[in-house]
Formats: sequence, structure tokens, C-alpha cells
Amino acid sequence: MMPAGSLLAATDLRKAYGPTTALDGAEFSIHPGEVVAVMGPSGSGKSTLLHCLAGIVTPDSGSILYNDREMADMTDAERSALRRSEFGFVFQFGQLVPELTCVENVALPLRLNGISRKEAERAALSWMQRLEVDDLKGKRPGEVSGGQGQRVAVARALVTNPRVLFADEPTGALDSLNGERVMELFTEAARSTNAAVVLVTHEARVAAYSDREIVVRDGRSRDMERIV
Amino acid sequence: MCTVPGMSIGHTLLGLLESGPRHGYDLKRAFDEKFGHDRPLHYGQVYSTMSRLLKNGLVEVEGVEPGEGPERKRYAITEAGITDVRRWLATPEKPEPYLQSTLYTKVVLALLTNRNAAEILDTQRSEHLRMMRILTDRKRKGDLADQLICDHALFHLEADLRWLELTAARLDKLAAEVAR
Amino acid sequence: MSGEGGHLPDRAKSRAWGRSRDLGMGVRFAFTGGREGWVRAVLTAVGVGLGVALLLLTAAIPNAMGMRDDREEARHDIGLVFHQENAETKQSDRTVVVANSDTQYQGKEVRGRLMEPEGPRAPVPPGVEKLPAEGEMLVSPALAELLKSDGGKLLVERLPYRVVGTIGESGLIGSRELAYIAGVDGLAKRINGSTVGRIERFGNPEDQPGRSMDPVLLLLVLVVLVVLLMPVGVFIATAVRFGGERRDRRLAALRLVGSDSRMTRRIAAGEALAGSFLGLAFGTLFFLMGRELAASVEVFGISVFPDYLTPTPALALLIAVAIPASAVLVTLFALRGVVIEPLGVVRSTKPARRRLWWRLLLPLGGLALLLPMIGQGADNGPFNEYQVTGGVVLLLVGVTALLPWLVEAVVARMGSGSVAWQLAVRRLQLSSGSAARMVNGIAVAVAGAIALQMLFAGADSAYTEVTGKDVTRANMEVGLPDGSRVSAAVKDFEQTKGVSEALGLSSVSVGDRRKDPESSVGMTVGTCASLREMAKISSCRDGDVFMTESPEDPTALTMVKPGRTLWVEPSYSGEDPGAEIPWTPPGEVKKVAERADSLRPSLSGLLVTRAALPAKVEPLLYSSVYLRLDPSVPDATDRVLNTAAAFDPLTDAWVWESTSRSGEYQSIRTGLFVGSACVLVLIGASLLVSQLEQLRERRKLLSALVAFGTRRRTLSLSVLWQTAIPIALGLVLSSVVGLTLGAVLLRMTNIPVSVDWASVLSMTGIGAGVVCLVTALSLPPLLRMMRPDGLRTE
Repeated sequence: MMPAGSLLAATDLRKAYGPTTALDGAEFSIHPGEVVAVMGPSGSGKSTLLHCLAGIVTPDSGSILYNDREMADMTDAERSALRRSEFGFVFQFGQLVPELTCVENVALPLRLNGISRKEAERAALSWMQRLEVDDLKGKRPGEVSGGQGQRVAVARALVTNPRVLFADEPTGALDSLNGERVMELFTEAARSTNAAVVLVTHEARVAAYSDREIVVRDGRSRDMERIV
Repeated sequence: MCTVPGMSIGHTLLGLLESGPRHGYDLKRAFDEKFGHDRPLHYGQVYSTMSRLLKNGLVEVEGVEPGEGPERKRYAITEAGITDVRRWLATPEKPEPYLQSTLYTKVVLALLTNRNAAEILDTQRSEHLRMMRILTDRKRKGDLADQLICDHALFHLEADLRWLELTAARLDKLAAEVAR
Repeated sequence: MSGEGGHLPDRAKSRAWGRSRDLGMGVRFAFTGGREGWVRAVLTAVGVGLGVALLLLTAAIPNAMGMRDDREEARHDIGLVFHQENAETKQSDRTVVVANSDTQYQGKEVRGRLMEPEGPRAPVPPGVEKLPAEGEMLVSPALAELLKSDGGKLLVERLPYRVVGTIGESGLIGSRELAYIAGVDGLAKRINGSTVGRIERFGNPEDQPGRSMDPVLLLLVLVVLVVLLMPVGVFIATAVRFGGERRDRRLAALRLVGSDSRMTRRIAAGEALAGSFLGLAFGTLFFLMGRELAASVEVFGISVFPDYLTPTPALALLIAVAIPASAVLVTLFALRGVVIEPLGVVRSTKPARRRLWWRLLLPLGGLALLLPMIGQGADNGPFNEYQVTGGVVLLLVGVTALLPWLVEAVVARMGSGSVAWQLAVRRLQLSSGSAARMVNGIAVAVAGAIALQMLFAGADSAYTEVTGKDVTRANMEVGLPDGSRVSAAVKDFEQTKGVSEALGLSSVSVGDRRKDPESSVGMTVGTCASLREMAKISSCRDGDVFMTESPEDPTALTMVKPGRTLWVEPSYSGEDPGAEIPWTPPGEVKKVAERADSLRPSLSGLLVTRAALPAKVEPLLYSSVYLRLDPSVPDATDRVLNTAAAFDPLTDAWVWESTSRSGEYQSIRTGLFVGSACVLVLIGASLLVSQLEQLRERRKLLSALVAFGTRRRTLSLSVLWQTAIPIALGLVLSSVVGLTLGAVLLRMTNIPVSVDWASVLSMTGIGAGVVCLVTALSLPPLLRMMRPDGLRTE
């Protein structure tokens, strides 16, 4: 059962890490331009759901359709290419390369897509402007604050104009004020590019930036909008 | 805290009847035990509520024990009563402060009547989030005063939501305790 | 600690106790920590152990060389020292006649002595209780072994004596030395003062000032030791830093539970101590093993007995103290820039930019020490050992000092490129120091090896050029002690298996007067066939005499006139009278041209067939037999030597070689090559360990990079670049330093400088290979770390 017109949809996902079941028949779907929060207690399988949806982890069974294409049928290289060009990622921390300057970090996905350094950095800088961190371009991640770093990471996730953005606890390491600002800029940017956002969080105030939420509990998901 | 607001005492008593017919005295004791805590129900409250429910056809009198006093009446829930409880449980509460007493009652009742208690919590969470989205949106568009006011509400809602999360995580434990 | 803190002695005692407890805790930490802890401890110990073993060996070498010299002196009999005076020793019951019958077997030198005691009180050489009777011999253990083995059959034939015992250790200079002492009769009448002499005692008669080593050889030994020790030193310095990050974190945890910074430093010191003590144990073990092994090994024709290799106690003690001490110092030095706080490790602020000038001082200082010694080597006295060692050490240490600067300077200028390149370059820019430290060992090893290979290659070719023998013309030459029996000898050799041709040539001089001739020329006597080996002779019959035309030396032309009487072996006043045999050359003396490839090149004079000379001349002839061997007979040389020995034990045979000593140098170079390769592999292992440590730290980042679509190839390539760039720089620097050092050393020994590109390439190739290997080995863990598991928050 898949809602029509969805950009990314998963049915009956199952995934186990050894004896631990992470996903036990989870469902998911998202439309372009939609922000969906994935909530649930820690260890419920939120992150695993995100990793499966993003093609980082292959589920044991179940189907994931992206643009009506079955992800399981793609090769690892194809999935990597998809992640490079159509998906964007923001994680809680540790995703910026400490040796690269901020602008180089933001330009990295473009460069991975084979775009020349100059052009990539120009695009990167314009995104950094939108996220109000363009004055950090020459700094290294170690020299900027957590909130600034996270904005740089958001800029990096957006720089390829992805169709789906995956954010895993994007404000997890930030205080409320910084977290809010990051979420605001993030969702605003996503909406302006009509990108779908999969937002994994356990924080209600972060989830409040979404259009609807999905609750994952014991590896099973509940789509709250369709029940109410 | 912890008194059940008047409007939901009827639903609570109805819910307690779902597990089987009870005398008015039994109902008061069961209520006090599960929800009354430091402020037990008055007999008068029980009888006025029961007579209202009787009038609405949600309960019926199954029999009267010999002896004096109205507490000898034995009440049973009707089909309409069961439907009413279900509807009440499924309807999320309007997000507002000090909601948890009602929610707690609902969860315990759901556990007592073998209904899905987690669903009640999820539904409520969804309602809270809906409210929070509205506030967040208002905050985004408003000035600093709006932002501060919205934030206050948001933090309270968030606290409720956390409580919901925590309760959801402890449902199994609560079920075991309620069943005792 | 103690509750009653008032008394000073008490406090002092408890403080000391606390200190040793901290050290002990560190020691325990060194070995606990699971498999990884053990691997680190063992790697450290092996690294330190190899260094210790090498140091012990070095400390033992002077002793070993001294022992060899002493024994050589003690058994000295005939030869240069005695010459004339020796031949004149009067016969008595205290004399012995000794003949040198050294020979070669399968290319190895065999020391041979024939002895004939002339009375009951005749002296015996060291290691011998009683001289062998006639027809018997004493042999060294190695020779006994050889004679019994299958490979020794031909030698058994050559030494027709019964083995009656072995020569004791005191009569030998090495465990693998091949030596025999045989008893013979009738030596006395063959005393000649050079190879046969009469002596009254063994041993150098006068206490000569200790014969110093050939300066070039000494130089080689010094450089070999320095070159092998330096990278091991660098390796030890890196080895004690293994697992540094993890240790720092552990120390931080200890700070959190209340240890102060001094205590943590002591704990770190304890860890280093544990590693180095284990290393000392390993090293002693390696050394003892190596010592036993040394007894069965022969290098440069030199072998030693295990007990020669005993380090001077003082040096051994120094090593035992210095190694742990330096391990602790290196550890404390490494901790110098680190502040261990309870909540983690804080690296001190950005280190100052590396300055070039003092780094340049080291290699320049090294050059300054070495340059004054240029040209001093060959004949101008020995090198100053300290100066050589100091210079080489400074030059090589210069590599480790220059490399961080070079890496920093080059990497800072490296620009755009692929993503993999960018990732690697940026990482290097941030931590060029640790990158340089990782390859320091390799750089030093390669620089030293290149210099050494160059030195060896140079020495090799320098020693080769001198022979000037044309091996296409003859393979062996056998000098006959009794020149008159040349034709018999030729006949014997012709019947020897493996000899395709034997040519006898004799020589004697002839002058124009009986006494004090005005001019004299050499006469070469032989058959027509053998004379044709020297000049272009068209027709020849026995009895003919020829004269080579030599414009440079017209003596023969002017002296030889038809009918004129010449004198064979004329006498010179003041010397023993010659034979003075008159000889008139036959009517016609044909002029012939010398062959370009004459057996005896540039010999002007007369070529005489046998029948042209009177029979009386025969005993005067000095004769040699030239032999061409059949290359398909592998042991032809030994068969010829057998025939020669059978003909007369005192024949003097040698093999013509266009490249003398090349074999020995080749084996040294191979050994050096293998040694350097081993050092490089060892360093590679440490490189791998630190590489994996770094990767593990970046696990989360790697997973994130993979998550947003980075190709695994890109990440693997960046790891490769990250190792390859500093290594490439290191190899370039070490090639430059190595070639410079090699050139200077060659100039010092007066050997023309030539670059041995093959060895430069092979050494840098091995260095590069190590990098590839390390990268290849770190790929599987890298791929494992790139799995998304690393993304899982907890």
C-alpha cells in the first residue's frame, strides 16, 4: 500500500543486526516538498530506517521505491551515485572533514560529482550565504562553534539541490537557540527547493518543524497523519 | 494535582464498569485505588454521576442488594456506554497544561479494558505536535513578543510530550501494576 | 597515603612509594588492554630488541676484530716479515721448516702449511699439540667437515695426507676458516725465503704496533653500522610512541579519577619502561641467537667464534641503561606538547612554523666533518673514526630534521586536484609533523643504504680494474717451482679433465756480457704453439728464434746480432753470481709482431723455441703453465689445482679473473640489501600500526563521507596519497642525501664517483613498495570502517 505520488516510499522493511531486530515491518512514504519527522525512543530503529531509506544500509527484506525505482535492484555504485547527487545528509556531529576548510567541506559533494573546484566552491559559498555562515569559508571545522558547524553541514547537504534531505538528529549537539536557528534555515531552504526532508529526531520542538510525523517503536512505524 | 476533572469522572467510572458490573461502593473504591490517590471521591459524586449516566442510557441497574442505602445498587455498562468510552479514549485531549491526570486516567482505563494504551499516547502526541507546529509557525512569522509567548507554550507542550514518551516507554510496567 | 603527614621522612618514603606505584601502574598498562595492547607491546619490544641486538653486536665487534688479530699474530710463520733473514736461520733441533701451501677450493681460501720439524724441540703453532708426522695432517673443524662431505671429494684428492686431528681454536682466526697443517719430508732443500722458510718460533718476533685496518674497510664497517643503527634508532623512537593516542586518552581518564599531571607522566614513563625492558630482553635473545648464527656465517671471508662476540661489559651496561632511559625521554618529549586534562587531551597551540636554518645545520655539519677527509683514504693514512661516524650520523640525522620541514613546505604549496588528493593534502597540511615522523625511519634507511650501495659499487669496480687479465685467453696460470719440468707439467695438465689446452711458457734473462751486461732482455721459452700465443708467427720449427719488434724498447734489436754470443743469466757485481751460460742465437732471428692479446702482454724481447737453447739453461727457467678450461666442466679449477698439487705441493696456481673480489662485494651488497629491506619492512609494520590508529579515530567521519555518496575508491586513494606524498618526499630527500653521502665517501677513498642507479632505484623502489604494502594492508580495515555501522550513534 503506497500513497500515490510519493517520492520515496518503503513497505514492510525488516532489518536485524545480529540478534537485535532494528526494523520489524516499518512503513514510510514522503512526497516532494514534505518534511516528515521520524520520532521514537532511542533504540527504536529511527536511524536504521533513515539509513535504509537513504540506501546506506540494505534492509533484510521489504521494498524501498525512490521515484518508482526499487532501491534493492540498484548496485552499490548506483546507490552511492544517488546519495551523491539526489540526496543530502546532515548528521548530529562528526561529518565535517576536519582538515578541509568550511567552504571546501560544503563544496565536497559537488566535487564528488565531478564539478570543478572553482565552480563547486562558488555554489558552496552562495549556500553558505543563505545559511549565514559565508564569513567562515576559510576556517576549519575545529575553529567554528557547534551551531556554525551544523549550518555549514546543512549548507553542504543542500549544495547539490537534492530531492531528498536526510537529517539524523541535526540539532542533537546544539542548544535550543542554535538548534532552532539551524532548523529554521534548514526547513526554509528545503521548502524553497521543494526537497523532501526525512528528519530523525527525538526532540518535539525539532519535530514541530515538520509537516507530519512518523513514530517508530520496536522497529514498527506508525504514520500518525493517516490514523487521525 | 491528581484530581480527575468532573467532566471525565463519568467516562472513568464507565470504563471501570467495562470489566464487569459493580456496586456503587465498589466503584468508589476502585476509582480511589487507581486514580484518587490523595483525594478520594465523595459518595455523593459517585451517585450523581451514576444517575446522569443512567439517565443517558450508558449504564443500567442490574440489581439491588438487600439492606439500606443507595450504595447497594449494582450497575452494569450498556453497549452505548462502551461506545462512549471508546470514543472518549480515541479523542486526543486539547493540548493544555496539567493534562497528564486525564491522560493517565485514559491510559490506565485502556489498560484495564484491554485497549491499546500506546495508541492513546501516540494520538495525543500527534495532537500535541499539531499544536506545536501551529505555534512554531506563528513564532516564525511573529515578532519577538510572539516568539517569547509561543516559546513558553512550546516548552510546556514539549514537557508534556516528554511525559508521553516516558509513559509510552513504561507502558508494560504500568500494565503489570494495574493488573494487580 | 599515610594519615600522619607530619614527619618528613615518612612523607618522603610515601612519595617514593607513590612514584614507584605510578611506574608500576604504567608497566601494567603496557601489557593489559587486550589483543591490541599485546600487539603494541610486542611490536615495541621487537623494534627495541632489534636495536639492542645491533647495538650489542656493534659493541662486540672491536673485541672480535682484536681477537682475530691476536690469533693471526700468534701463528705467524713465514712471509713478508721474515724474508731474507728467515732463509738464513740455522738448522737446529729447535727449528722447523714451514712451507706455504695455501690453496683454493670451490673459490674459498684454504690456509695450508707443510711442516718438517728438524728436531724434538721444534716449535709448534698455536692450537697444535704435536706436529703431524710425515703424510699426516691436522685440519680445522670446518675443513674436516668439508673433507667428509660429498662436496669435498676433490679436495681429499688434493691433500694426500691422513687426518690425525684437528687444529684447536687458538690456531684459527674464525670458526669457518679452512686450514690444514701437514707433515712432509724434504722441505729443507727447498727453502727459498718466501714460500718456504726455516723458523725457530711461531708468532711475530717483534711486538709490532697493532696493524691498523685497511682504512677503506674500516670506513665500510663504520658506515654499515651507522646506516643500520640509525633507522633502528628512529624506529625505537617511533616504537615507544605506538598507541600514543589511546594512551593519552587512558591518562586523561586517570586524571579524571584524581591523578595529577606528574603522576600521569610517571605512568606514561612506566609504560615506556615496560616496553623497553621487554625490548632489552628480546634484544639479548636476538643477540645470543645471532651470535650462534655468526659462527656458521662467513662474511668477506671472515668468520668468528661465538665467544669472540662478547660485548665489552661497560658498553653492554651502557646499552642496558641508555635504552630504557632514552625510551622514557622520548615519551616525555612526546608528551611535552600535550596537556592531559581530566576531560581529554589538549594538544598545545599550533606549533611554530618549522625553521629551515638549524635543520640545514645538521647535514651541513656532517658534510663539514667529512669533506676535509677527501682523498685521505687510499694511501694517506687512516680516517678519524669519530669524524667519519659523526659526519655520517649528522648527515643521516639531517634527513630526519629536514624531512618535516620539507613535507610542510611542499604540502603547503600543493594545490587543487581530485577530491582524494585534496583530502590527503589538507590532512597533511594539518599534521605534516606526524606524517613526516612516520616516514623518517624509511628515509634514513634508504639514504644510508643508497650511500652504502654506492660505496660498495665503487669499491667493487675500483678493486676490479687492477687485474688486467684477459680471461678469454687463459683461465688459470700455474707457476712451477721447478721450471725445468714444464713439459711434464703440460702433459699432466693436458690429461686433466676440464682442461682444453695447456701451454707452457718459461722465461730467463739474457745479457750481452758475462758480467755486468750493458743491456739485457727477457727470453720467453716455449713450444711453437705456445710462442704463437704471444706473437704473430707464420712459420715455426723447433730451434727457431724470434724477436718482437718494439719501437719503444729497441734493446733486443741492437743486442741481438747474428753470431754474437750472449750470456744467459749474467752476473752483476755485488750480488750472488748468475749462471753465466754462453749462448749464440742461430743464424736467423725473425722479426715478428706482438699479438694484441698476448698471454704476456707488452713483453719485448726474444721468443725462443726449446731446441734453440742448450740443455744447461733448463734449471734456470722460471716456468708457468697457462690453461684454458672447458666451461662445461664446473669443477675444472679444482681438478687443475689437484693436478698441480700432485705434481708438486709447492706449485703456485691462480685463477685469472677479470673482476677480482666482485663475488665478495656482491654477497655483502646482497646482505646489505636484505638487511635494509628487513629494516624497511619493520618500519612498514610501525607505519601500518599508526595508520590503523589514525583510521580508527576517523571512523565516524569515514562513515559519514560514505553516507553522502563518497566512492570507496576516493577514500582509499586519499589514504594512499596521504602515505605516498610524505614517502615520496622522504625518498627524494633520502636519495639526495644518500647520493651526496655516497659521493663524499667515494671521494674520501679516492674512488671515482659513479652513481649506481640500479641500487638507488631498487632501494627507493623497496621504500615505495613498503608504502603500497602498508596501504594495501590498511584497506580491508578501512573498508570495514566505512560501513554505516560507524554512523550509529551509540
